[in-house]
Amino acid sequence: MNWFEAIFTAFASPLFYKLTILSALPLIFAGIGGVYSEITGVTNIALEGIMKLGAFIGVAVTFLTGNPWIGLILGMIGGLILAFFHAYVSIEWAANQIVSATALILIAQGFTGFLMKPIFGQEGQTDFVAKIPTVKIEAIQNIPFIGEIFGEISSFFYIAIVVIIGSWFLLYKTPLGLRMRSVGENPRAADTLGVNVKAIRYFGVLMSGVLAALGGMYLALGDIGQFQEQMPAGKGFIALAAMILGNWNPIGTMWAALLFGAAEAMNIQLQTLMVLPSEIKALLNLLPFVLTIIVVGGFVGRTRAPAADGVPYEKE
Amino acid sequence: MKSRWMSFLVPFLAVVVSLLIAAIIILAIGQNPLKAYGAMIKGAVGSRLSWADNITKMTSLLLTGLAVGFGFRAGVFNIGAEGQMAMGGIMAVAVGLNLGNVPSAVAIPLTIVAGMAGGAFWASIAGWLKAKTGAHEVISTIMLNWIAYHITNYLVAGPFAVGAGVPKSPEIAQSAQLPALLTVQASTIPSSILIAIVAAIAIYIILEKTTTGYEVKAVGFNPYAAEYGGISISKNIVLTMAISGALAGLAGALEVMSVHHRIFGAFTSDRGFDGITIALIGQNNPIGIIFAAFLISSLRSGSNAMQTIGVPDDIIVVIQGIIIYFVAADRIIRTWIMKATQLGKKKSPKTIQGGEEE
Repeated sequence: MNWFEAIFTAFASPLFYKLTILSALPLIFAGIGGVYSEITGVTNIALEGIMKLGAFIGVAVTFLTGNPWIGLILGMIGGLILAFFHAYVSIEWAANQIVSATALILIAQGFTGFLMKPIFGQEGQTDFVAKIPTVKIEAIQNIPFIGEIFGEISSFFYIAIVVIIGSWFLLYKTPLGLRMRSVGENPRAADTLGVNVKAIRYFGVLMSGVLAALGGMYLALGDIGQFQEQMPAGKGFIALAAMILGNWNPIGTMWAALLFGAAEAMNIQLQTLMVLPSEIKALLNLLPFVLTIIVVGGFVGRTRAPAADGVPYEKE
Repeated sequence: MKSRWMSFLVPFLAVVVSLLIAAIIILAIGQNPLKAYGAMIKGAVGSRLSWADNITKMTSLLLTGLAVGFGFRAGVFNIGAEGQMAMGGIMAVAVGLNLGNVPSAVAIPLTIVAGMAGGAFWASIAGWLKAKTGAHEVISTIMLNWIAYHITNYLVAGPFAVGAGVPKSPEIAQSAQLPALLTVQASTIPSSILIAIVAAIAIYIILEKTTTGYEVKAVGFNPYAAEYGGISISKNIVLTMAISGALAGLAGALEVMSVHHRIFGAFTSDRGFDGITIALIGQNNPIGIIFAAFLISSLRSGSNAMQTIGVPDDIIVVIQGIIIYFVAADRIIRTWIMKATQLGKKKSPKTIQGGEEE
């Protein structure tokens, strides 16, 4: 099959769209997590590390208890705890947020590697564990084309819908959301109006930890059912790019994540539809990263960050 | 307390605290931290072989530390030393493969320059993006790391591929390989360490004695004031990134020229990231970075010995993470010092100004 035929076949098959959605899921969770943190004025480039720790804890707990749902909950708590460390020094001690987040990425990487041996007795990757089950809906399955995409799909897909709509509602339709956005734009003004800047920022950063951990756990518990040392392979940073392209808005982030997901899905499809030499496969793997640079470089339309993003706030 | 002492005490205490926290973690998995640290010290400086390993590791760590530290001085967070080191290695191999009959006196400088140019070019992409479009260098350099990683994989599986087994490039010409500085039995100390130390001194001179260094520091200290004073921010960001990348590229070239004589997938083995820890411990001062590089290379070479007594070597990464965490939150440590020396009296920690004293 030549390139043109392969690309055309991919676009015509429901599998491509399903892969697009599935590849976008971790980016949606982590990217919206980034929105929560940055909209209150704290940058969190540690999403990559939080995803990794969340994925590992999710798998380890599932391995020890046999129940992936318990793994999911404890993984989210693990992400929350890691994010707390970032929140604490960023909010209480005016730490350099980029440096602090870099520390968390290393801590997450070190911890997962360190605990791998005592828990699983091996390095590199863990045993396979029970996955979070898929959801089968027969009424949808019977619809042609659509049924092949949504008829049986990971539970994380439905969790994502709740997160996307819930986050949009929270941020744009509730007093809490208004406070979060005002703290991210002008903390001093918000403070003057009696908003508890610290508490709001803690909430934003902690939510980013919970959601990034969910994103990591989709990769481990939703997709392959094991943890690998290489995870999440840059997806935390691509999620940041999705957040930027999505203009720090949950719905926008979802669309951007779907764009990155489509690039990844096309990569997977081309590798299965065509017989490619290994060096070409290596080059196709570049696609999402090049796309991210183009997005972050602002070549796909300008976006604007919250004005106080990354700036510590201190009362006079 | 004098700020000179502070800038030494903060990273020192960060290291001490992280070693203590790591000791608790080692205890938690049922191992003896004293035994673990004992093994680590022995593995780092306990024999000729461990010294050779330590100095070999230190060479590239010193350079990636300088790369990140130089960026920090200009207010640029170059987290891409990993990718720049890879590009340096790739360019060194590309040139080094084609130097059959050229004498060493020409081949070695050529290969070094190629590596530095590769790293400088790779970093400049991120510098240019930041200057022109405001793209945050952290995201773009991380993406460039991944791209460099995949390009290396592409090259060693395709155009450069040689032999069976692990995908790897052929060896570079004999004339482009750096001789050992010292050979004692099986252990060799590479001459590349001298080049790295010269680079550190050169960066020290650039920063302290030249106009370029002054401009770089001015932009890092306060970009708006610098621009008002007639210094072009965008020119400086690109230049800073280029110099920073050249240092990381040099690390890659020297690694190829004196250790492996070839490249393979992930030959940089996270040393670009170690550079961040080293720059922060060395407080972005080239001379401080020499000592910081030795500390981290000792932890790294000692970690293998620790692993043999049953403590996973990933604890070193945790230690590095905790060090960086406390350097980021330097005010916590400053407050401890204040309290310990009773100079803080009853001041609340918020009134202590951190980081901007010098």
